[in-house]
Amino acid sequence: MAALLEIEGLSKNYGGIKASDNVNLVIEQGELHAVIGPNGAGKTTLVAQLSGLERPDAGHVRFRGRDITRMPPWRRAHAGIARSFQITSLIMEMSVIDNIALAVQARQGHSFRFLRDARRIPELREAAMGYLAQVGLADRAEAETAALSHGEHRLMEIAIALASEAPLLLLDEPMAGLGPEESAQLVEFLKGLKGKRTILLIEHDMDAVFALADRISVLVYGHVIATGTPAEIRANDHVRHAYLGEED
Amino acid sequence: MKPDRKTAAGLFVLALLAVLPPIFIWTGNPFYVDLATRLVILAIAATSLNLILGYGGMISFGHAAYVGLGAYAVGIPAYHELYGGFDAIASFSGSFQIPLAVAVCALFALVTGAICLRTKGVYFIMITMAFAQMVYYLFVSIEEYGADDGLVIDVRSELPGINLDRPLQLYYLAFVSLVLAIVIVRTIVNSRFGMVIQGAKGNDTRMKTMGFNTYIYRLTAYVISGAMAGYAGALLGNFTTFISPEMMDWTRSGELMFMVILGGAATTFGPLMGAAAFIVIEEVLSHVTIYWHLPFGLMLILVVLYVRGGIMGLIEGRWGRRR
Ligand SMILES: Nc1ncnc2c1ncn2[C@@H]1O[C@H](COP(=O)(O)OP(=O)(O)O)[C@@H](O)[C@H]1O
Ligand SMILES: [Mg+2]
Repeated sequence: MAALLEIEGLSKNYGGIKASDNVNLVIEQGELHAVIGPNGAGKTTLVAQLSGLERPDAGHVRFRGRDITRMPPWRRAHAGIARSFQITSLIMEMSVIDNIALAVQARQGHSFRFLRDARRIPELREAAMGYLAQVGLADRAEAETAALSHGEHRLMEIAIALASEAPLLLLDEPMAGLGPEESAQLVEFLKGLKGKRTILLIEHDMDAVFALADRISVLVYGHVIATGTPAEIRANDHVRHAYLGEED
Repeated sequence: MKPDRKTAAGLFVLALLAVLPPIFIWTGNPFYVDLATRLVILAIAATSLNLILGYGGMISFGHAAYVGLGAYAVGIPAYHELYGGFDAIASFSGSFQIPLAVAVCALFALVTGAICLRTKGVYFIMITMAFAQMVYYLFVSIEEYGADDGLVIDVRSELPGINLDRPLQLYYLAFVSLVLAIVIVRTIVNSRFGMVIQGAKGNDTRMKTMGFNTYIYRLTAYVISGAMAGYAGALLGNFTTFISPEMMDWTRSGELMFMVILGGAATTFGPLMGAAAFIVIEEVLSHVTIYWHLPFGLMLILVVLYVRGGIMGLIEGRWGRRR
C-alpha cells in the first residue's frame, strides 16, 4: 500500500490552545482511517487544515506525494480531496438536488458557462440524482434544503462528498446528532464505501469506529497518542487511560 | 417551472412600458415620456445591480459610480469633439461612446472589484462606497469638465439607424435595452455560472471546498454588472444631455439599492418593479409636498422591514418579517 496523504509535524495554535500539536499521520491508499478523541481534541481543526480552510502554523501536508500545505481549498478539491462538515454546511436557500448538482459541476472543469440553464443539463441532474439515490434522498430532491431534517442534512453532506468523486474523503463526525437507527444505516453505507474510496473518518461513536476502521488514530490535546489496528488500539493501555477509560 | 404571478406582473409592466409612451405623445403629455425614459434607464441600472446584490449577495454601495462613469464616457468625448483637445478621446466620437462607456466601467469594476471582493460584510459595503466617492471627488476636481457644476453634453451619441435626438427613438432604445438586460441577467443567473455565484452567496465555505474559486466568479459577476450599469449611464447621459458628479453621489447608489430591495432582490422583474415604484412614488409625493423625502424614506424602511421580498414578495403573497 502506498501513502495517499502524509501529515508531518502539523501544528496549529489558537491563542494558548494547541489545537494541533506536531501531528504525524499517514493515510494509506484505500484504507478507512478513523481519528477518535475527546471533544476539543483538535479533530475538526485537523480536517480544516487538510481541506485548506485553516493554515497550519508549522508542518506539511502531502497528497499523492505533492506538498499541498499552502494550496487553497478549491484547488485541493480538484486535486481529489472532499470533505463533509461536522456542523452541517449546505446551501440552505437552494433545493437539495441543486446542492448536489453543484458538487458534480465543480469537478467538470470551470463554470464560466453562461448560456445553458444549469437545471436543464441532463448530465448534471442525472448524476446528482444518482448520488441522492445512493444516500436514500431521491424523493427529497426538489425540496428546499432548509426544509429538511437534521438527519437528511447529514445525508446531504455525504452525497456532496460522494458527488466529488474524490479519491480521498474527509468525513467529520458524519453521525453527529443522528438517532441510533440512522447511525446504524450510515455505518452500513460506509461499509459499502470501504475500499472504493480512501476515507479519513472522524467519529465519536466507538461502536461505529471499531466496526468500520482499518486503522485508528487517537488524538488527545492535539497530539496523536497512538495509531494502530482496532485490536491494537483496544489493547493500548495508554489509550484506555487517556480516552477509552473516560467513556463510562 | 410553475406559471407564476411574479412573471405575469413583470410582463404586464413591460407591456405598459411598450405601449404607453406614444400614447403620452398623442395625448400631449411628452413629459411622461421623459419620466418613462428615466424609469427604464434606472431599471437597467437596478437590474445590473441585482445580479451582484440580489443573486450574488455582494452589497455594493457604489453602483451609481458606474452610471456616472458611463455618462461621462458620452459627455467627455462629445466635449472634446466640439471644443478640441484630447484628440485620442475626441476621435471616440458618436458611435464609439457607448462601447467606451461599457469598456471603462468594466475596467473600473475589474480593478476595484479585485480589491473590494477581498473583504466581506460591512467592509465590502464601505469599500465599494469609498471607491465610488473617489470617482465622485475626481470629477468634482476636474475644472475642464465643469467640476461640480457638471458638463452639458452638446451632441448625443451616434447609432446606426437610430436618432437619439428623437425622444421616442431614445426611449425605445432604452426599452429594448431593458428587455435585453433582464433576459441577460436571467440567463446568467440560471446558468452554471449563475449557480456558482448564488451558491457562494448561500455558503462560500461549502462552495470553496466543493472546488469553486468563488473569488474569481464573484469578480466576473462584478465586472458584468459594472459594464451593464455603464451602459445604462451612457443612455442616461444621452437622455439628460447633462452630467454632473452629483449623479454618482452615494445617495444615488443608495437609491439603486432601494429599487432592488423595494422591488424584490434576486427576482427577475424585481428591479424593474422597484424602479417603477420609485419613480411613480417620487413623482406623486413631490407634487404633494416638497418634504417628500421623509415619507418616502419611511415607506422604504417599512417595506424593507416588513415585506419579505419587496414588491415581488407582495405579489407572491409572502407577508411577514424578513428572515
Ligand atoms: N477558530 C477557533 N478559534 C479559537 N479556538 C478554536 C477555534 N477552532 C477550534 N478551537 C479550539 O481548538 C480546540 C480543538 O477544537 P476542534 O478541532 O473543534 O476539536 P474537536 O473537533 O476534536 O472537538 C478546542 O479547544 C477549540 O476550542
Ligand atoms: Mg469536531
